[in-house]
Order: sequence, then C-alpha cells, then structure tokens
Amino acid sequence: MTARPQLTPVLRRLRLARISANPSRQAALEQSLPCPVARRFSTSRPRPFHTTPAVSAKAKFTSETYPDIKRDSRFAQLTGEHVGYFRSLLGSESAVIDGVTNDRAADDIEPFNSDWMRKYRGHCKLVLKPGSTEEVSKILKYCNDNMLAVVPQGGNTGLVGGSVPVFDEIVISMSRMNQIIEFDEVSGTLVAEAGCILEVVDQFLASKGYIFPLDLGAKGSCHIGGNVSTNAGGLRLLRYGSLHGTVLGIEAVLADGTVVDDLCKLRKNNTGYDLKQLFIGAEGTIGIITKVSIHCPQRSPAQNVAFFGLESFDKVQQAFREAKGQLSEILSAFELMDEGSQALVRQVTKNESPLEGRYPFYCLIETSGSNADHDSEKLQAFLEDVMEKGIVSDGTLAQDETQIKSLWTWREGITEALSHLGGTYKYDVSIPLKELYQLVEDTRARVDAAGLLGDTDEYPVRAVVGYGHMGDANLHLNVSTRRFDERVEKVLEPFVYEWIAARQGSISAEHGLGVMKKKFIGYSRNPTIVGLMKNIKNTFDPNGILNPYKYL
Amino acid sequence: MPALRILVPVKRVIDYAVKPRVNKAQTGVETAGVKHSMNPFDELSVEESVRIREKNRAPGGVEDICVLSAGPKKAEDILRTAMSMGADRGIHVDVKEGEDLEPLTVAKLLKAAVEQEKSNLVILGKQSIDDDANQTGQMLAGLLGWPQATQASQVEFGEGDTVSVTREVDGGVETVRAKLPMVITTDLRLNEPRFATLQNIMKAKKKPLAKKTLADFGVTAERRLKVLKVTEPPARQGGGKVEDVDGLISKLKGLGAI
Ligand SMILES: Cc1cc2nc3c(=O)[nH]c(=O)nc-3n(C[C@H](O)[C@H](O)[C@H](O)COP(=O)(O)OP(=O)(O)OC[C@H]3O[C@@H](n4cnc5c(N)ncnc54)[C@H](O)[C@@H]3O)c2cc1C
Repeated sequence: MTARPQLTPVLRRLRLARISANPSRQAALEQSLPCPVARRFSTSRPRPFHTTPAVSAKAKFTSETYPDIKRDSRFAQLTGEHVGYFRSLLGSESAVIDGVTNDRAADDIEPFNSDWMRKYRGHCKLVLKPGSTEEVSKILKYCNDNMLAVVPQGGNTGLVGGSVPVFDEIVISMSRMNQIIEFDEVSGTLVAEAGCILEVVDQFLASKGYIFPLDLGAKGSCHIGGNVSTNAGGLRLLRYGSLHGTVLGIEAVLADGTVVDDLCKLRKNNTGYDLKQLFIGAEGTIGIITKVSIHCPQRSPAQNVAFFGLESFDKVQQAFREAKGQLSEILSAFELMDEGSQALVRQVTKNESPLEGRYPFYCLIETSGSNADHDSEKLQAFLEDVMEKGIVSDGTLAQDETQIKSLWTWREGITEALSHLGGTYKYDVSIPLKELYQLVEDTRARVDAAGLLGDTDEYPVRAVVGYGHMGDANLHLNVSTRRFDERVEKVLEPFVYEWIAARQGSISAEHGLGVMKKKFIGYSRNPTIVGLMKNIKNTFDPNGILNPYKYL
Repeated sequence: MPALRILVPVKRVIDYAVKPRVNKAQTGVETAGVKHSMNPFDELSVEESVRIREKNRAPGGVEDICVLSAGPKKAEDILRTAMSMGADRGIHVDVKEGEDLEPLTVAKLLKAAVEQEKSNLVILGKQSIDDDANQTGQMLAGLLGWPQATQASQVEFGEGDTVSVTREVDGGVETVRAKLPMVITTDLRLNEPRFATLQNIMKAKKKPLAKKTLADFGVTAERRLKVLKVTEPPARQGGGKVEDVDGLISKLKGLGAI
C-alpha cells in the first residue's frame, strides 16, 4: 500500500477537475495538494494545474460603490487608547492586528477588508481575534460603551458583502475560536466553537461515522458560525433539512456583552420562544455566535453520483419527479447546471466535460445510503428508466471515489470559475419550480435586447447563466461581466426583483441580505414583518453597533 | 500487421481515495466494508486499448479486447466497468476473498489465458496499488518469451509488426521499439480514462462474461512468500504548534526564514 499516499496527489492532479485557489486569498478555498515526493513517480513529472490568474485587482471601496451609505456619526473614531485596551484584554500578540497606530499593518488587514468576490471593500483599521466567549463579551461591552461599530467575521466567504466593513468598523474575526468541544457518539450531537472550519468539523465527524448536515463549495474556508449566521443551505439541504431544524442550541454574545447561553443539546425543547432561531440567518446583526450545538446525521457508507444531460427544462422537471419517486430515501442531492455555466467551467479549468455531447441542461444526482449494492441497483434501474423514457439524453455514473469527486467539481466549481472571469452579478433566488429557469431566459433576453450581451470584448456581459439546488427550488442566476458597466445593473435591477416578487419568490434564498440586498428586502417581506424585524434589532442591539449599514 | 487481440488484466483493489487501515492482527489491511474500485493503472490499460481501436491506430485493426480479473465475486463489478468503457468481453477467474495471488501465479495464469485467447498484445498496469509489486508484466513477458515495454506513456504502431513505446525515465523519455506479440505496462501519463456513459453501462450488462477457475488455466494458488507483519508507517514527528497564522509568521520571522 505504500504507493497510495504518493499516488493520490499525482492522480488527482491528472484527473480531478480542480481550479487552483487564488493564492492571495485569506485562506485557500481548496487546500492545495502536497507535492508528490515519491521517487517511484519521478519518472513521470506531474502535469501542472490549469491555472488562470484570478481577477486580483483590488475592489472598489463599498463606500464609493454605494455613495448613499453614509458613515453613522454616532460611532466614535478609533484611537490608540481603544487599541491599548484591546491589547491588554487579548494579551497575545497575534490577536490584534492594529492599523490604527501602525501604518505598516495595512497589508495584513486587507484580507479582512475585502470579500471573497472582491466586490466589497471596507476601510477597517483594526482586527480583533478573541479566543473565548469571555473575550468576545468584554470586547462587545467595551465597544457598546464607547460606541465603536463592529463586523463579526467568519471565513469571509459570504456572497452579499455582509462579512466586511463598509467604513472603519472593527472586524471581530472568529478564527481563533476553533475548538470542537464535545461530540456524543450515540445521539450525534456536536458542540463546537463558531470559528471551526466546516471541512475540518466534517472530517472529524467522518472519523466517527457521522456527517455535518450542511455542505457547500466554500467548505474549506467558511466557519460553522458563519454558516449558522447566514443560515446557509448548500448541497444537501434536500436530504438533511435547513439549519433551523438541525441547530439545537447556540451560545451568543449580545451587543452589550451579555452572554446568551442557549446551548441546548436536546432535539425537543418546547419551553417558550425559541430565541436561538433569531440568530440563525441574522448575519451578525443581533449578536455574535460563539458556540453551536448541532444534530449530525449518520454518514452514509455508500454514495453514488450520476451526471446527465437533458434537452429541456421540462425534462429536468420530469427527471426530478422520477428521482424523488424512484430513489426516495436515498436521494441526497439533485443539482442543476445549464450549458452556459458548464461552458465557463470548461473555459477556466480546461477540463474535459464528463459527457461527450453538449446539452442545454445537466443534472447531478447523488444518492447516500447504507447498502452499496441496494443503492446502485436502485440507481441503475432509475437511470435505465429515464434513458428509456427519453427524459435523459446521455449520462454517466461515477465508478469510483475519484470520479465522484470529479463529477462534483462540475457543480461546486462554478462559483469559483466565474470569479476567475471577472465581476459577476449574482442572484440567489427561490421561485416555484415550474418557472425556475424562465428567469434566466427572460433575463438573458433582456440583457441581449439591450445590446449588452455578446461573445466579443465590446459587450460588457459575457454570459447569463443559471444553476442551483433544483431539489430546493433554489436558482443561482449569474450574470458574468467583462468589466463594470453601469448599464448592466440598470437592466438587471429592479427587473430581477420585480420578476421574483410577481411570483411570490424569495430574492435571497440562501445567501442572505448583507449590503447587496438590504434595500430590496421589501420585494420578499411586507412592511409589518420588516417593522417587527427592526424592533428585534433594536431590542438586541439598541446602539446599532453590530454590523451596521446592512441587512435591514 | 495481424489484427490485435488485446488481453487486459484488471484488478479490484481498495479505492485509491480511501485511506487503508491495518487490521488488528497486523496481517493485512482492513477490507470489509471498504470501497473497492478498479486499480487506477488498469483503468489506463483499458482506456488505451479502447483508444487504439477507436482511433484506428493499429494498421491491422483491433479484433478483440478481453478483460480478465482474478478475484472474489465482486471482481465482476470492475469487469463490467471495463466493458462499459469499451472492452468486448470479460473473464472472471474465481479466487476466494482474502486468498490473494502472488505475481508469479498471476503471470502463469495470464500466460495460459494468452494461449487460450490467442492474444497478441497484453496491456497491463505497471503495478497494482495494493501490494505495489510491479512484477506481473515482467514475469509474464519472461514466461511467454515476448518483448516487454514497461511504464508506457505513449504507444504508437509502426510499419511491419512494430510498436514504439515511450517511457518516462529519470530526466527524460526513452523510446523503445519491439515487434508483436508483446507485453506493455502502463504508467500514469498514458491517458485520462473516460467516464462510462449510461448507454455503455447498460450495454456492458449484456456483454459476455465467462466464469472460470484457476484450474481451468492449470494453475494453483501456491505461496512462496509469507507475510510476517503489516504495520502503519511511523507517525511523523510532530513539530511545535502555533496558535494561528500570525503566530506562524512571527515564528518564521524569529527563525529568520522569512
Ligand atoms: C464557493 C462558494 C460556494 C458557496 N455555496 C453556498 C451554498 O451552496 N449555499 C449557501 O447558502 N451559501 C453558499 N455560499 C455563501 C455562504 O453564505 C458562505 O459560504 C458561508 O455560509 C459563510 O460562512 P463564513 O464563515 O465565510 O461567513 P462570513 O462570510 O465571514 O460571514 C457571513 C455573515 O455572517 C456573519 N458572521 C460570521 N460569523 C459570525 C458569528 N460567529 N456570529 C455572528 N455573525 C457571524 C458576518 O458578519 C456576515 O454577515 C458559498 C460561498 C462560496 C464562496
């Protein structure tokens, strides 16, 4: 077996569709693989990754992109005295990145100021990295008493500009609170600090035979506290449900430093208002989550992945119905990609598509179960059936783990591939299934009619594509641009939001509001509800120091 | 050049993406309940054979691509996989679970198979990732008295019965030429195995799969080697632990490394 560890990276390089992570990113999204040292393979030098330089230009300041947003004058300006307090509180040298009294810290602070898409950028001068709930509490109390605004930050992979400051808010990075506290192997209840990286937690759970009930493309960087704060949906919501159901308890710190200990480990607890639910999806506006208790399902020992091409969205819907009917309890993901999105992945990764032909739509189906033979029999019968009925035009079934991972990259790699090509307008929406893809077609027609869409450089828009979590009626409409052009935004907004509102859809199915969608909440929520939300915000954070300028 | 009759031996091994664990008795690795797949080098052999046919690379054409696997009943799964990639038929030689064959036994078995199937080209992986012996191809060539070209990264057919094989060696490449019949072993850079399409997966179910035993080839599973002990590689000596990235940077600065 000695060759295996060395073989793995070599083979991966050869066969896995992988996009190299932008090296300047705060934490590499996909950890790069170790170099094979094996002499055995020195006869064959690894083929290099297909790399495309990411768009690394610094983002425009959010304050310039959104000139309507003004710094709230009630907030104090940071001084050396404030920094001194935080230093003495946090002790450790590395827990404070101080750009207030030290000009040379700017480079170190930059990654905390810019978001993952390089679309939002703040003017923050101070980053704090508390190591315990008590430290978070003391920081917030001090900030609240001194009117200092803060932005809680997890892995900084959020897609709506919520995780970076707009002006000079202090970034409170949760990265040092990364301990797994306890795991109950009988019930599957995990208690962990908010700053744990999702993939690390999932690997820990894998070693115990369990799985984290959430999975998404940013798993190598995002924190579970960030996931809960954005109520992330991800790839397996279809199977394991939303975090509103799986999170059992939360420990959070309010703006005035009060520690809310609701770290319940029970699945059932009907004693009063379920306050922890408010923190799920609150995007750091009513408190900082410090610990999470979550119910984790048993990891399925057998997984299968199929990938197929279809001729129309109608066929996609039929395939989904059949999949639910025939695969029922073992179906764990049903993802949709259009040809436009796959063409962009091919362009960036230079990988060969798993199917020979091109089809307007592709679906990825994953099954998870306890009996490999039973599952593959079911899946094969299903695939034969949909082929025979002409629902599916062509497809493939992964024959080993490598192929499973490789097929997933065609879905998981879309966001990153797009980020290599330039700015992207992203709309993460939920619409009744039958009209799900119509939005992409209508938007494309509109952008085209405006003369903005084309294959050559003179057109600002490269492509209008759609993909998403079909199983949850959740579509990602992405408009990939070559450069910033204000005509594009004018054509898209408020058109997209009005289109969705007319169908009682959600303008933000899973990515949240942040800066990007703050002013559009009215398209999905009525004034009474927005009013109640504002009351809640005021109750939890009367001075408004938590993540200002966003959300509501 | 005669039409090619290619024999492709394939082996069912623990999926290479799975981390193997040594069993409690330290006699081998845990296999029960562990995902198995085709040995990655064998996927390359199957792919190459199919490409030789599809791209009409051999002047005499390809008459037959036969895959053979010696192993437990489950080895049929990987034979079906190979057939869904394009092999014509399969031969399953039944060997009890856990009764692993040594390279010499496999080579003898393959020699008999070559004779029965009238093969004139054997393409096999340079090694299987479970025991890493890297011996079978060489032994087979020796037993048959055929030329061998190991660790192929490119295979080209020329005039007469000649085949040129490029091999990646330290510091460069080496090209060797031999005449059919011959034995070729595959290396990682030879090709990128395809995804089997649904249609071909279904077709593969109907392709012929012969069931045989070692006796049908006149060999017995005798063992010359005795496994004394299997152990994990020694754990790496842990270094010091820093609290976070900034701690690491100051450590590196302290060491004068950056
Ligand atoms: C490649 C890629 C794929 C993605 N796929 C999906 C997907 O499939 N589904 C999906 O739902 N989302 C997806 N996302 C976006 C998703 O919201 C984030 O990846 C993730 O949930 C955010 O976690 P984070 O730790 O990076 O949070 P951050 O980006 O750091 O923060 C997000 C928000 O939460 C707040 N926050 C963070 N930590 C805390 C805390 N401890 N307490 C209070 N507030 C906090 C921040 O202030 C901010 O408002 C994807 C993102 C990327 C880059």
